[in-house]
Amino acid sequence: MERMTAASVKANETDQQAKLITFDLAQTPLREVNHYLHHGLSGEQQTIRILNPDGIHNIAVGLDAPVEVEIMGHAGYYAAGMNKQATVTVYGNVGTGVAENMMSGRVHVKGFASVSAGASAHGGLLIIDGNASLRCGISLKGGDIVVGGSVGSFAAFMAQAGRLVVCGDAGDALGDSLYEAVIYVRGAIKSLGADAQVEPMSEADYQAVAELLENAGFAYSPQEFKRVASARQLYHWNADAHQEY
Amino acid sequence: MCGIIGLLIKKPELRESLGELMVPMLVAMSDRGPDSAGLAVFTATLPENYRKFSLYAGGQQFDWEGLSQAFQTAFNSSPTLQTNGNQAVLISEQPPDQIKQWLKANYPQLHLLSTGRTIDLYKDTGRPSLVADRYHFKSLKGSHAIAHTRMATESAVTPAHAHPFTAGEDFCLVHNGSLSNPNMIRRRLEPQGIHFETDNDTEAACRFLEWRMRAGDDLETAIHRGFEELDGFYTFLIGTADKLALVRDAFSCKPAVVAETEDYVAIASEFRALAHLPNVKSAHLYEPDPEELYLWNV
Repeated sequence: MERMTAASVKANETDQQAKLITFDLAQTPLREVNHYLHHGLSGEQQTIRILNPDGIHNIAVGLDAPVEVEIMGHAGYYAAGMNKQATVTVYGNVGTGVAENMMSGRVHVKGFASVSAGASAHGGLLIIDGNASLRCGISLKGGDIVVGGSVGSFAAFMAQAGRLVVCGDAGDALGDSLYEAVIYVRGAIKSLGADAQVEPMSEADYQAVAELLENAGFAYSPQEFKRVASARQLYHWNADAHQEY
Repeated sequence: MCGIIGLLIKKPELRESLGELMVPMLVAMSDRGPDSAGLAVFTATLPENYRKFSLYAGGQQFDWEGLSQAFQTAFNSSPTLQTNGNQAVLISEQPPDQIKQWLKANYPQLHLLSTGRTIDLYKDTGRPSLVADRYHFKSLKGSHAIAHTRMATESAVTPAHAHPFTAGEDFCLVHNGSLSNPNMIRRRLEPQGIHFETDNDTEAACRFLEWRMRAGDDLETAIHRGFEELDGFYTFLIGTADKLALVRDAFSCKPAVVAETEDYVAIASEFRALAHLPNVKSAHLYEPDPEELYLWNV
């Protein structure tokens, strides 16, 4: 703690408002930055700006404070993983597993996201302005994901709870083996996964999409979206199905 | 794991800096593949009748001068020999098959890493930064190169199991992933007289694609056939005398990212290997889609 605070003050420039703290990952080891984010925050509302992320893994993981973090470039794997409370914005692209296992807060990727974006997220909102690769929202457990572009194959695979909004197209096997998560897609769906089906939009669905789009900053009309949810045929073992679903 | 790296230079002046640009890319992928590394570089093409042979002598000191003299005696022709410790590139206009037979008969301890008119190949065990220093990767020049850092998962850690793998002439491949049917591929190819040097899964993919190309497929057709025949996880980066090709399997578990500028096309498993490249911040960055063929010409 002591060492961290001293190092941080030395390594970082503080702006006039004394609320913006800048770390440069070209100078400061990531471990120090993450340690500061875990143990060094003053309790006041703060913005932490991280320069030169250069695709490093595990930036701003495991946060548990209402802090604003700005990652000024491309991040590697698991950026903002396990996030709680924090608002993390990535001004670039992210690698595998952005915001995986998020509990709450908000993670916003201004570029594209690689595979398994928002995997297993329990809460919070993940926004991806560009495309998301395969397995976006895999095993989603209650979090919300809004993708401005398209998603690759196996989006929301085995997703249990939460919502995935796709403003572009969806790849193959959308919603394969879905539980109770719901997917809203604006564009074309290449193929649905096992047990996923397109369902009529209800008033509650339009309302939900409208709120998510507004929170994520997209101006599309909820009327353009269709709903995909589980047909619930996999919930019970069917001996007569001969494993054909 | 494993890391893959590729660089194709568009701006001719930058060909002088190919090695300098590649080495930080390779070293950045050390975490993904700490046990071996290798690099294939495509240089200026030799005249029609000439071939170059990248040779590797293993851990021992080797008398390259003696080999040169014996070659002179056997072929009545003096080869060009560029040596680099336990590695050398032998250049000659003598018939390639005779040279290969002569090497095999007289120098069974030598490993022939590649044959062709443009390709030079280096691979060895050890941390990527050490391998890069050992063979002076920084000084390499050429139009394009592919490289690999290996974390062995399915076969032994030896120089022969390191990537790139080659087959035929001016053809090589690096692989991140694991194939589930390499033995089936092997059983199909061996009866056709195709000899395997290792039990490595990637070698099966490399020899399969090169076999298809010798049978008349162009690179694109061979790769599309590969989508049907090769089962498993892969990101492949393939180099020929004038092309660089990148493909990922349908599930895309193995990563890749591409950065294109007016000066170069750079490919790596992860962005952190590209972060140091000139003007990468303004490059067109994208992830290759599954089962799509990405092909760049020199």
